[in-house]
Amino acid sequence: MNGVHDMGGQQGMGPVRYEKNAPVFHERWEGRVFALDRSTRALRKWNLDAWRHTIELLPPVDYLRMSYYERWLVTLETRVVKYGLVTQEEMETGKAAPGSTRATPALTLETSSRWLNRGIASSQDPGVPPLFAVGQRVRARNINPMGHTRLPRYARGKNGVVARDHGVYVFPDTNAHFQGEKRQHVYSVQFSARELWGESASPRDSVYLDMWDNYLERV
Amino acid sequence: MADSEGSSVDRRGFLKELATGAAAAATPAVMHAQEHDHQDVPSDLTLRAKALESLLVEKGLVDPAALDALVDTMENKVGPRNGARVVARAWVDPAYKKRLLENAPAAIAELGYTSGQGEHMVVVENGPNVHNLIVCTLCSCYPWPVLGLPPVWYKSAPYRSRAVIDPRGILREFGTELADDVEVRVWDSTAELRYIVLPERPAGTEDMTEEKLAALITRDAMVGVARVTLPPSGGNA
Repeated sequence: MNGVHDMGGQQGMGPVRYEKNAPVFHERWEGRVFALDRSTRALRKWNLDAWRHTIELLPPVDYLRMSYYERWLVTLETRVVKYGLVTQEEMETGKAAPGSTRATPALTLETSSRWLNRGIASSQDPGVPPLFAVGQRVRARNINPMGHTRLPRYARGKNGVVARDHGVYVFPDTNAHFQGEKRQHVYSVQFSARELWGESASPRDSVYLDMWDNYLERV
Repeated sequence: MADSEGSSVDRRGFLKELATGAAAAATPAVMHAQEHDHQDVPSDLTLRAKALESLLVEKGLVDPAALDALVDTMENKVGPRNGARVVARAWVDPAYKKRLLENAPAAIAELGYTSGQGEHMVVVENGPNVHNLIVCTLCSCYPWPVLGLPPVWYKSAPYRSRAVIDPRGILREFGTELADDVEVRVWDSTAELRYIVLPERPAGTEDMTEEKLAALITRDAMVGVARVTLPPSGGNA
């Protein structure tokens, strides 16, 4: 979706605010939310792409107003209800309903390190042939899906060159909506800064984006 | 109800930020201003996080000890010191550097760094004529095993919006001036690849041990917003 999260090339966001010696978590609740998020993700009721999409679905004004971990907290509250870990009534009362199912095993200390080691759903799959070759000129497709996509607006319709084939990965546009993994090759595609931003950009510079087969077409 | 309370805290933080005027440059991002208020009562977000945690614990869905372990891992076990050791090794050991550029996850695992968000790391090398910069315009993708969790600025709207359209301007804000004939390569982490910059080894470090070199290497240099430099000398270089 053409959400406010798709920030590449937006202007007027101001200078970068740099904080020296910043802590990993600024407040205790941020660390707890981080850990709750990782633990519940390990229960596999949703995948990484669906996770990202719930954050993208925040109303734009809220997305911009909220701090990073506030977005995580608010969407986690939504997600645990949407995917059936918690009922709306339990969220409102703060208490587990009598007789509510607790069958799902909690992520334990022992399993948490194992889960931390497998955060990304993707794989090398020699059974999926690449549709494009390194060195080939390609165009990023001009798509504007209502759902999740990892093809930023600033690259759509632009021409580039395949710089590297990274192997096979799950396709986020379908996986986020539980419509299948649609495994396919991902490439680093080099777009010149002038192709993306026009003549005022440096002729030497370029942006590399990671693109799935389904984001590309032949030139 | 909870939402309106959250908004008022944010608005207060925002107004406070505006009021600080010229001092704003030295303060954290606007969106994080409220986090630095020292409040006598727990914030709305603290209470919401606690309520959610206690409910999920009561339902047996999460284990408090596992939560503690996850926080401890991110606060104490991963971070840019890991990446600095990888870079220092690459500087002193050409065979290691070759392995690192060809298969970063395997080479990084040689040093024992294997935790999440790093299954598909790619190392990009700076040189006299090439400067690399890492960003995630869509969210906050970052190589956790070698750099830890990303800083606030990396996840912020100003960095995410401008890194791709005005990388030289971003670099200038970080004090990194590039000559016109240097090629800038920006890597937008749109998939599950996680990028790390192999910075240039500064001149004058030829006699340094790997350990001393690692102490010079910063997170910012591995994201590509800065170079590795020698510390200002106290009179004898």
